[in-house]
Amino acid sequence: MEIITTIINGLSLGGIYAMIALGYTMVYGIAKMLNFAHGDIIMAGAYAIFVFFNMTGHPVIAIVCAIVICVIIGVSIEKLAYKPLRGASPLAVLITAIGMSYLLQSLAQIIFGSAPKMVIMGDLGVTTIGSLRIQNYTLITLVCAIIVMVALTLFVKFTNTGRAMTAVSEDKGAAQLMGINVNKIISITFAIGSSLAALAGLFYLLKAPSVIPTLGAMPGIKAFTAAVIGGIGSIPGAMVGGFLLGIIECIVNALPGISPYVDAIEFAILIIILLVRPTGILGKVRREKV
Amino acid sequence: MKKNIQWKNFLNYFVVVILGIIFTVLTMSGGLSTSFRYLLEQITIAAIAAVSLSLVVGFLGELSLGHAGFMCAGAYIGGKVAYLLAENTGLGNSLITMIIALVVGAIVAAVLGLVIGLPALRLKGDYLAIVTLAFGEIVKFIFMNSDKKTFGGALGLDTPRFNSKYLFIVGFVLILITLAVVQNLMRSKHGRAITAIRDNEIAARATGINVTKYKLIVFMISSMFAGMAGVLYSYANYTIQSSKFDYNYSIEILVMVVLGGMGSINGSMIAATIITVLNVELATILTGNLAVLQRLVYSLILILLVIYNNAPAFKNFREKNNFRALAGRLRPHNPSRIDNDEGQWARIPTKIKMDEILSTDFAKVDSFSPDKPDKPEGGH
Repeated sequence: MEIITTIINGLSLGGIYAMIALGYTMVYGIAKMLNFAHGDIIMAGAYAIFVFFNMTGHPVIAIVCAIVICVIIGVSIEKLAYKPLRGASPLAVLITAIGMSYLLQSLAQIIFGSAPKMVIMGDLGVTTIGSLRIQNYTLITLVCAIIVMVALTLFVKFTNTGRAMTAVSEDKGAAQLMGINVNKIISITFAIGSSLAALAGLFYLLKAPSVIPTLGAMPGIKAFTAAVIGGIGSIPGAMVGGFLLGIIECIVNALPGISPYVDAIEFAILIIILLVRPTGILGKVRREKV
Repeated sequence: MKKNIQWKNFLNYFVVVILGIIFTVLTMSGGLSTSFRYLLEQITIAAIAAVSLSLVVGFLGELSLGHAGFMCAGAYIGGKVAYLLAENTGLGNSLITMIIALVVGAIVAAVLGLVIGLPALRLKGDYLAIVTLAFGEIVKFIFMNSDKKTFGGALGLDTPRFNSKYLFIVGFVLILITLAVVQNLMRSKHGRAITAIRDNEIAARATGINVTKYKLIVFMISSMFAGMAGVLYSYANYTIQSSKFDYNYSIEILVMVVLGGMGSINGSMIAATIITVLNVELATILTGNLAVLQRLVYSLILILLVIYNNAPAFKNFREKNNFRALAGRLRPHNPSRIDNDEGQWARIPTKIKMDEILSTDFAKVDSFSPDKPDKPEGGH
């Protein structure tokens, strides 16, 4: 029974990782850049939930406001910091993104201070099936994550905007010639990624109800690892990578001897997977042309 | 053939040596406070770390986010070796102990650099950045969760402190060694091969450059000096804690490299000095929640500098307003002054053609007849 609980917890954690990883992978696929500041948008979302939940006392209003704020932050970061660097070397963009991540963290620390802020949304209870005891928030997280992923897959496959996104990620120049507004598509991608990050912030708060300015740093790096394991740029890859990493983390945490090394083990798995398959599990090999 | 020595290439050695001598004399006469010597130690550590990272980021063009990991390994292994030697052998806490610790730390870090260089052969850019980040975190977690007896665990490892009065001299000597190795490497044929790989890897491979070999060499040398900086760090502090060598520390070194200008060794050293002085000075002024202002300013500087230096929109502005153009504008324009700079004429080919045409003697050309040779030859 223990193992089933562990796996369900792992799937739930994996769902959160997958949602964050989707933001990384979509931005990578379309803008060909690593948005290091993505993890800190989770933190921004969690602080927004804290502010609006204390103001209104209503969780739904809080999460809607948090999504709006995260979208504004994500899109303005793209416009201010990444857009001027389009066409510059990838190293320059990456360093700017790292700087942006620091900027968000230090802004949050200036505004809210470094002491943790508590957001108590009430106890969601426990479901008992036979001898199986599962926390309700893990189930809610898992169900929401699956709904979001299905919706996102349908959006990318069947709407005009979604197809335009696929086109831009395949070939930016050709997409532009076909009349697609590439700047608009990039902004939409950042908006979707940021709203997913806001949702991930909510699920983190359900798990542990406190916010600190560095809340997003470790989940961001982990989700990035998940995206790279799955093959960055690939949407199903991010989901596979996220669930895989979540399950591994929960299983390692359940083993008494090696649980302090959980982060080291996850990163070692990343390095091994990249050594065997340099583009990740589902990533496409792109031949470099001169 | 007379060999022209370009003295300006050695200017940075002179500056480091002179500064080292000045500070040594001041220490001997008792003019330096302990806190100032601590600052000097920190500056030398940061300068070595920044120059070694500059080799990977500035010259090879690969982003490494795990530089602190190499320093961490160097600090722990070197610190442990020094501790064991000081406790168990007759060497005690002497300079020989320190040299052995430095060599061991450097070798361990270089081996780790080789290990991390191997994935670098298959990966590049963003993938390599995440692998180096992962590597740095792995090293940190391993030492953090290590056995209390071997590496001190989460509380940190106690290390012997070398005669703190003169430790900074060792730092200055190490800077000179780093400079000599990195600068001579980059000015050699191998250095040109490394920058060729940065500019276009496929073209470099096509011209016969052994990309595999050079990438491994660069990663090894870079991590070797990071390991040395780590050993120096372990000597400059009573305990070392692996939590210090996290991702943020790697980024701090990266900021030094970017601030100093990518691919500039002297720039990296100057930036390392400025940032370390600011870190130490601001730590006493900004306390509590104000301390975060420092990170805010760093991140803003990083973003604005990178955008200014790389944005395609600012290209014209950059070329008009760089240091060289401004210096040229400051110098009064004097047409009667003749520069004995042969290279200047070589850069303006049309000018040379005009001179040739003007100086041609037409009368001589007319009197030329094909029967006679131009010049009388020796036999006639």
